Parts: sequence; structure tokens; C-alpha cells
Amino acid sequence: MSANLAALLYLASAVLFILALRGLSNPESARMGNVFGMAGMALAILTTVLGPQVTAYGGIALAVCAGGAVGLVIAFRIKMAAMPQLVAAFHSLVGLGAVLVAAAAFYHPAGYGIVDALGQIKVQSRIEMSLGVVIGAVTFTGSIVAFTRLQGVISGDPVVFRGQHALNVVIGAVIVVLLGAFVHTPSADVFWVVTMLAFVLGVTLVAPIGGADMPVVISMLNSYSGWAAAGIGFTLENSALIVTGALVGSSGAILSYIMCRAMNRSFVSVILGGFGGETAGQTVRKADRSVTSGSAEDAAFILKNAASVVIVPGYGMAVAQAQHAVREMADALKRRGVRVSYAIHPVAGRMPGHMNVLLAEANVPYDEVFALEDINSEFQATDVAYVIGANDITNPAARDDPSSPIYGMPILDVDRAKTVLFVKRSLAPGYAGIDNALFYKSNTMMLFGDAKKMTEEIVKAL
Amino acid sequence: MRGVVDPLVFQISIFVLAVFVGYYVVWSVTPALHTPLMSVTNAISSVIIVGALIAAGPVEMTRSKVLGLVATALVSVNIFGGFAVTQRMLVMYRKRKR
Repeated sequence: MSANLAALLYLASAVLFILALRGLSNPESARMGNVFGMAGMALAILTTVLGPQVTAYGGIALAVCAGGAVGLVIAFRIKMAAMPQLVAAFHSLVGLGAVLVAAAAFYHPAGYGIVDALGQIKVQSRIEMSLGVVIGAVTFTGSIVAFTRLQGVISGDPVVFRGQHALNVVIGAVIVVLLGAFVHTPSADVFWVVTMLAFVLGVTLVAPIGGADMPVVISMLNSYSGWAAAGIGFTLENSALIVTGALVGSSGAILSYIMCRAMNRSFVSVILGGFGGETAGQTVRKADRSVTSGSAEDAAFILKNAASVVIVPGYGMAVAQAQHAVREMADALKRRGVRVSYAIHPVAGRMPGHMNVLLAEANVPYDEVFALEDINSEFQATDVAYVIGANDITNPAARDDPSSPIYGMPILDVDRAKTVLFVKRSLAPGYAGIDNALFYKSNTMMLFGDAKKMTEEIVKAL
Repeated sequence: MRGVVDPLVFQISIFVLAVFVGYYVVWSVTPALHTPLMSVTNAISSVIIVGALIAAGPVEMTRSKVLGLVATALVSVNIFGGFAVTQRMLVMYRKRKR
């Protein structure tokens, strides 16, 4: 295969990847898009394997089969609620892959055609290689921290200590200086010291970021894995990698931006971390404010007499695995002629689109599920808002109380519905550590209990 | 201006244009599909397997080849797992039956 033909095939594979993302504009075209993605990957792999640089096939076949089998088993066994940690784990593999490829190129530069006339690695390639390895290493360990946090191996509370930001700055500065030295004179020692420091930096960057900021962290790591791929792509002078890296990098960056906007926080403040968990603002419980609570039977009575119900799910629904019970409740209501729809806040859950996947898993049709901006004006004309496992994203203080720490965050205006049914274990504050003014409104009925059990009891009572 | 343009300049051109393509394509993705978007971008960023295969390609066993084989196996987990889990999610998205 000539080098020109190979370059054209890599270009075709890049185009297929663009089509894969383009397909996601609509659930119907998305399945075809995914097929384009697989075709693009197959084309890129075949082009490389049939190219002049690959002459031994046994080991490669074995590695692909072993890795592929593990991947398929994981993909078919994983629970939909565990998708955030799976994506974090997969990001870490891309990061480590980038580190290993950069190391391979460092030890055998001739194989990649990146040596100059003196037999040294080209200066330009040294720069590209070091960027790929640093971003890859940060992605690797950062994703592992995110994974352990999402999996519940370590607590969701941010890990904060004095001098943390100073430490990150120092590590970052040392990495930059060492990279300068590496570009000047490539040496294996410097290469590995930089890699180790970048591993440490990945941990210290992600550890201070708390559980509910995970949607931003996952998107950010998604973006990093893309830039790492692009860095490797420049080293290999391969257009498929450069294009893919740019696509993935900008995709992750846009998702991070959407998540930050939905929390009314700057990207920098999320990255600096320390928000939520123990260190968050003090909890103010005012004893003089009364709360109306009700039973499943009360809730069923209110629901079946409503004309329209909007269900507002949050992370608690994922934890309780209540999505199937919610869909049964919606079916029972629909049989009685009640109009049911779902409202999703962009940061509900632990990753972008988390709630949509869970509802789709429970066979909720996607045309009953609406994004914040599409449904928010309809709460005024809604009889019942059923809030299950969500908290801060419904707090009217974010809209009305300028002194609230979450003031300015876009919320779902559930308090404007005639009645709010709020399923919750207790009156404990949400992630932001602040009290929810919604609990004390006269049109709110608290349903204390486990999200799944409560919903199942309502279904029985309907 | 005379002389030959460095291939790096062409690569940078491709990169910058691809960032713009990515920007417009990703903004058109419906928020309902943001989770499949993450899993599929994860799968396609595994195209760095190309670099791993080049390292794993030669017949003689070197340090570089070992690194390449390990990277090939790791990234294969991602390729097969990423596309499969994306497909599993996408088939769940169904319209209302009428």
C-alpha cells in the first residue's frame, strides 16, 4: 500500500468518525452513526495492519482479541446506572494508551519515521510526544480518581488540604521545565520523571472535586483524552488521529461548558474544587417552618386527580434504581388519562445525559422527555410535579434569593406547579449543603422514604 | 514567498479545521444523547491504536514492541467495549407507540 493511499484511507476514516457524531443529533440517526464509527475504526486498523510498518501479526491478533473480549463482556454486563464510572474507566485506558504509544515512539523513533539526519528524534516530534504523554498521563490517573469516586470506593466528598493549589502549580511548573530539558536533549530518565509527575498531577487535580461536580470532571477528562490523541496524531503525522483528537477534544470541552453553565459556575471554580460535601456552607434549619408530609395513598389520590404530571428525576433515582417503578407509575396514570412528561436538568445525575439513558432503559419514550429550556414554562400549567431523587436543581432560592450560594443557577420551576410531590429520605440538604426552600412551601407535600419503594407503593395505590 | 511548506503546517491546518467541525457537530447533538456522545467519543479516540500497532508491528521483540502490544490490548478494550455499550444504549431510545 502506498503512503498516499494510506493517507487517503485515514482521511476516509476521519470522515466516518465525523458522521458518527453527526448522527447523534437525533436518536433515529444515532444507531446508523454508531455503525459509521465502527466502520471508521475498522478502516483505520486495517490500513495500519496492511501497511509496511506491520510485519508480525500473531501478537497483534492476540492482543486485539484479548482486549476486545474483555471490552465486550464489560459492555454487555454493565448496568446503565453505572455508565458514569464505566466511561471514566474507559477514559483512563485511552490516557494510558497514549502514554505507552509515546514511550514506544521514544524508544523506537525510526519505526515512526521521526528521526533527523543525525539519528536523533526530530525536535518537533519531541514537543508533540511530550504533550501527548503529559496529557495522557493526567487523563489516566485523573480518570482513575473519578472512577473510584463514582464507584463509591472513595467518598464523594472533595479531598482538600492546605497548599493544594500551590502544589499543583509547582508540579505543573516542574513538568514544563523538564519538558524544556527533554526537547533540548531527549533522555529516558527525564521522559519517565515527567510521566510520573503527570500521573501525580492527575490525582491532585481531580481529588478536590466533589461527587456532584463529576459531570464536569468526566466531560473534562473526555476532552483531555481527545487532546492526547491529537498530540500522538501529530507525532505519527496521521490525519485520522489529528481529526479524531480535535473532534473528541472539542466535544468534551463543549460538554464541560454546558455543565458549568447549568450550575452557574465557572470552569475554573469547578476545577479548583472543594465545593460540596463537608466543607460546604452551613446548614440552616429553621425550626419554625413547618413541612407537610404525606403517605403513598395521599400521593396516589393527588396524582390520579391531576390532568398533567411532570416527573423530575435526579441522581437519587439512579441510586435507588427507581426508573422502572417510575415508568410503571406513569403508565398507570396514562391509563387514567393523565398527561405525563419528564423534565431533565442538564446536571441531573453524574454525567451529561445520565437521566435520559436511565429513562430509556425503563422504556420511557424519548419524546416524553424534555430538556429544561423546553419544559420550564409549562410548570405553571402543570397540576403535579413529582420530584424524585433531585434536590438543588429545584431550589427556588437559586432564582429568588440573591444571598443563596446557588443564586443564579438555572432551576426547574417545579414550585410553580399546583402541587409538588417531593420524594426524599429526610430533610437533609442537597449536595450544595443548603436548605431547599421548596420543602416549606404550602403547595409541597414531602413523601419521606426510599425513592423506589415510595413509587412502587403509589403504583399499588393507584 | 517561495519554498516548500513544512508538512507540520498542513497538519496544524487539519487540526484547526477539525476543531471547528467538532464544535458545530457537537452543538447539534441533542442533550438526550449526551451520554452516548461521551461513550462514542471515547471509542473513537481509541484510534490511537494506530500508533500502538506500528510499535507492535516489527518481527523482532523489542521494548517498543512490548509497549505497543500492551497498548493495543488496552485500547482494544475501549474500542470493542465503547462501541458495544453505545449501541446498547442507542437501541433503548424508542419513540412513543401510537
